[in-house]
Amino acid sequence: MLSRANLIGAVLFLAAGIIGFFLPPWLVSLLTIAFANALVVLGLIILWRAGLVPFGQALYYCSGAYTVALLARWAGVSDAFVLLIAGGLVAGIVAFLTGFLLARYREIFFAMLSLAMSMILYGVLVKTETLGSTDGFGVDPPHFLGYAPHGDALGFALYWFVLVVCAISALVIGVYFKSVAGALAVPIRDNEIRVEFLGISVTRLIHMKLVIAGTLAGVGGALAAMTIGHVDPNMSYWTTSGGFVFVTILAGAGSVAAAFVGSLVFEIVRSFAFAVLPGFWQMTLGIVLLLTILFLPEGLGSLATRFRRRKPDTKPVATS
Amino acid sequence: MSAILSVSGLEKTFGSVVAARDISLDIPAQQTVGVIGANGAGKTTFVNMITGHLTPTKGSIHFEGKDITGLPSRDITQMGISRSFQVAQVFPSLSVFDNMCAATAIARGDGRFISAALRSVHAPEIAADVNVAIELFQIAAYRDTLASTLPQGIRKLLDIAMAVAGAPRVLLLDEPTSGISIEEKFQLMDVVMSALKARNITVLFVEHDMEIVERFADRVLAFYDGTVIADGTPGETLGQARVQELITGAKLKLPHGEASPHA
Amino acid sequence: MLTAFAILTDGLAYAAYLFMVAVGLTLIFGVMKILNVAHGSFYAFGAYGAAMAAGIYYDRGLPEAGGFLFMILLAMAIGLVLGLILERGVLRFVYGRDEVIVVLVTYAVFLILEDVIVFIWGPQSYAAYQPMVWAGNVEIGELVLSNYDILLVAISAGLALFAYWALKFTRYGRLLTVVIFDRETAAAFGINVTVVYTVTFIIGAMLGALGGAMMAPKISITLGIGVEVIVLAFAVVAVGGMGSIEGALVGALIVGICRAAAVHLMPQIELFVIYAVMALVLVFRPYGLFTRAQPRKI
Ligand SMILES: Nc1ncnc2c1ncn2[C@@H]1O[C@H](COP(=O)(O)OP(=O)(O)O)[C@@H](O)[C@H]1O
Ligand SMILES: [Mg+2]
Repeated sequence: MLSRANLIGAVLFLAAGIIGFFLPPWLVSLLTIAFANALVVLGLIILWRAGLVPFGQALYYCSGAYTVALLARWAGVSDAFVLLIAGGLVAGIVAFLTGFLLARYREIFFAMLSLAMSMILYGVLVKTETLGSTDGFGVDPPHFLGYAPHGDALGFALYWFVLVVCAISALVIGVYFKSVAGALAVPIRDNEIRVEFLGISVTRLIHMKLVIAGTLAGVGGALAAMTIGHVDPNMSYWTTSGGFVFVTILAGAGSVAAAFVGSLVFEIVRSFAFAVLPGFWQMTLGIVLLLTILFLPEGLGSLATRFRRRKPDTKPVATS
Repeated sequence: MSAILSVSGLEKTFGSVVAARDISLDIPAQQTVGVIGANGAGKTTFVNMITGHLTPTKGSIHFEGKDITGLPSRDITQMGISRSFQVAQVFPSLSVFDNMCAATAIARGDGRFISAALRSVHAPEIAADVNVAIELFQIAAYRDTLASTLPQGIRKLLDIAMAVAGAPRVLLLDEPTSGISIEEKFQLMDVVMSALKARNITVLFVEHDMEIVERFADRVLAFYDGTVIADGTPGETLGQARVQELITGAKLKLPHGEASPHA
Repeated sequence: MLTAFAILTDGLAYAAYLFMVAVGLTLIFGVMKILNVAHGSFYAFGAYGAAMAAGIYYDRGLPEAGGFLFMILLAMAIGLVLGLILERGVLRFVYGRDEVIVVLVTYAVFLILEDVIVFIWGPQSYAAYQPMVWAGNVEIGELVLSNYDILLVAISAGLALFAYWALKFTRYGRLLTVVIFDRETAAAFGINVTVVYTVTFIIGAMLGALGGAMMAPKISITLGIGVEVIVLAFAVVAVGGMGSIEGALVGALIVGICRAAAVHLMPQIELFVIYAVMALVLVFRPYGLFTRAQPRKI
């Protein structure tokens, strides 16, 4: 367990936690959101390793967030731990159910089906008055096992809460990446037929990846809902999904850490872009994405190069 | 019940194309069966049906007495029938070692994805198995080479080694020597066959080179137009007039005894 | 009975719209194997362009019919320019790369164009209702039908017939069929695939813009109409089978009628129905009604 990576992770985790005490509240809240969203990106990395890019991961993010909001509003649940687990669980179940369809598809179909599913949720939320319609609704500040902080203290409590959840998730996903199921991501991307003929179901492996990624997104959404104190249908909108994909592509799928670094940089850049160039955020995103793909294919991480190698290699050259 | 693999009345049609018709035969354990036939004769289709890649239109396949007709390929692999491919199927972006690790890790599991999530791919026994296997198949020199950059012969060996990782009782090799130079063919077959004999594996291999067939097979099946037109010892099958006319033809009389070029 | 008739007519009108936006998407996919997310932008640009044309043309005492024509022409001109810029300026640099990478490229373009719309037309909504008013209504018994809807259906049907004729009987159409069937062989036989790609992409873009212009009188032209369309068009194309023109037609009819039925019988599930139909079809036909998965030969 005490590998070098875990040691570095532990040091960084403590450092991030301590630094929080010296930062202004707005920055703490920015970091909190960044790390909450990093969990979604972590899930996308799991899928991206297997060659899958969902354009609708916000479906699970939003499911997690609305679970928190609705539990707090309708059932009066206020404990952060309960809310978090509920958010992850509901998103995981949604991912499990949608997974029966999604796990059968790859590439474009996969991406677009996932987008369509997230847009269904968006459509339902926008049209349903009891769910707050387009405005969504507020989420009361959570309690932590009876501890009920306010103001800046709440910000710090949430920051630490998110850090701990991130640390645990990073550890678990790190282990998963080293498991047989996790390590089979590249084989699945390279050559599914071979994997099947070695004796394991590719569909089920992918289904499992979808559930893990969905649960992570739900946990991220739950944390975001508590941090922002508000949920609205935009959490399921395609731009939200697009942002996650964007971070994943730029960060690359090399490591667990990529998710956190990528998400942090993204959040900082977004804050500045909103201040400097309001109204041109999407354009900025689009241009950066385009330039990266066109001129810096290596910037996409090692996967991009493998992607291009893959086609000619696995295509059967003989048909007799 | 001496046959480890037995098929009866096998038929496969693709629209109006009949790729296999009325194939019935028994293969006893530890026999080495060579399969010959021109391109398009239905050899790959036969292998595909046994390994679950294609479901037969008619007929049944039994393995060790159990009906395996129409089962998915992963289940058939789990039961003990493995295969290699006419075009080597490996993981191009992984090294030879990692290719073998993936194969061995799956083979050591029970095929369930849950247990796959709980076992580490870096387990020492996996690496140990892999190291033994790459020695046995003589690809250890390429241990850390990416599969996409391997020479054709090594890639074929890797493909076969991956199929054997699951300790199959029956192994089907679809043209193990295709795409390999004449000089290397015998060497490759020597490596493969001695590795398989050491493990008491029943082998069925598809081959175009009659010299290789004669040398390695105990029994030869001749495929023509989707069906078996001759079945016997190499001498019997290759000696039949029909086989010579339709399959081996004048090729045997060529100076080098080389089969027609194929991919 | 009245409801059934209303479902049929509404469904047809909606199907006409869906076909118009889906046909360009499926054409580009069929020929180039590119799922063009920026197709939503073509639609949006078409709609905004039509609104702009309406703003320029009407209230000048010119003949009403000309306004409609002007809207369509301007929208299609915008589509042509946009398509040309995109294909020559961006897409040709990523041909041959992984499908998902190319989708991401079109997605990036879509993001950029969304803000370009704000830059050109601002964040406010537009309307181009004049052709709708000009067309008027027709009453059949108790049922009131908009002539504009009838026109929409007629134009879509015309488009379908034209596409069928063009693919079957024109030189360019036959070239396309060859390229769709086998790109390598087509290139080997001396077909200039580069030109075919450019022309196809431009045609697809113009069809997308046409869809936007045709719908402009019926909708509020506002930010975000592009994404709705790309998702809808994808649903239609997925039902019919990606890359298949007859698939787009059948898909549009199925989705259109189902949605109309939902609107009349259970309005809450309107949006849901579209995707439910898609999911249902995909469960039984994973690659849509008109295409089959090609198992990899091994
Ligand atoms: N998946 C398939 N779809 C349609 N036809 C096929 C398919 N697989 C094989 N065939 C046809 O079946 C016949 C036998 O092919 P195959 O088994 O590959 O021959 P061989 O391996 O002996 O060269 C050929 O005519 C081939 O075209
Ligand atoms: Mg063959």
